[in-house]
Amino acid sequence: MSEAQDRLVAVLGAIPYARFIGMKAELAGDEMTAILPFSPEIVGNPMLPAIHGGVLGAFMEMTALAQLSIAETLKRQPRTIDVSIEYLRSGRPLTTYARAQIKKVGRRIANVHVEAWQEQRAAPIAALRGHFLLTGAED
Amino acid sequence: MSETDQNEQHRLIAKAMNEGSPQAKALGFSTLEIGDGVAILKVPYRTELVGDPETGVIAGGVVTTLLDHASGQAVHAAMSHWTSIATLDLRIDYMRPAEPGKDILARAHCYKLTRSVAFVRAVAYETDPEDPIAAAQAAFMLDSSAGKKAGANLKPPGSSKPESEKKEGGQ
Repeated sequence: MSEAQDRLVAVLGAIPYARFIGMKAELAGDEMTAILPFSPEIVGNPMLPAIHGGVLGAFMEMTALAQLSIAETLKRQPRTIDVSIEYLRSGRPLTTYARAQIKKVGRRIANVHVEAWQEQRAAPIAALRGHFLLTGAED
Repeated sequence: MSETDQNEQHRLIAKAMNEGSPQAKALGFSTLEIGDGVAILKVPYRTELVGDPETGVIAGGVVTTLLDHASGQAVHAAMSHWTSIATLDLRIDYMRPAEPGKDILARAHCYKLTRSVAFVRAVAYETDPEDPIAAAQAAFMLDSSAGKKAGANLKPPGSSKPESEKKEGGQ
């Protein structure tokens, strides 16, 4: 296993809430795909049924945190400063995927964009843009 | 509808949203107050919901879900009749970490309703809304399930859309 893969497994394994929603991640070289298998517990609207918007937001936020953890050497988990979530399509009872792009990493702040999709990469169901405080980056 | 009936209806919607929504139930959401476009919800602290194991602070994602859920109930509390709603966007500022071991509350206020969209502000806190953990601003689409039947998401996309919404030459 690569060093990045080790770090990814360690980061996700250490977050109880990531286990709670059943989030996983895979690495292909330096490209990470986060995976949220469908489970009945993540449903928000039981009529359609649709995955809870909060779960999709949480999944994308943790995707951003995981991407930062494999791209940067950090002593501590970055802290979320703000997120802006856009809901494009309702989350159907299927596996959801997400990929993050680090737009900028400064000395203290990182800007990350995330997109989540299900069956079609070109038809995202939600997107997130966020700023993260890199607490352990400078020492 | 009388004011008492209205209050009762809002309480029933809150109960249905907390107990009927599997994720809200899994997180243990309860509604402490609902009415006049305002909803106050609570999520009990649990170690399974921790986001940073070093500090024991509850995950930002749990706060996200609580703010989204509370905001949705505030929209219902601003309307006299039930309609389906869907979150369009949700912006959250995290001002400080939540205190480990403490339950988190969210107070949401739907301050503007238009024909198609509802606008909501919300804060998450332990005891004092003036000392928030996080603040949110959200927009909801109203009548979001128009033309969709129960179980619509079990079918492939496109098959449940009304004829008028389908693209020409589409599937």
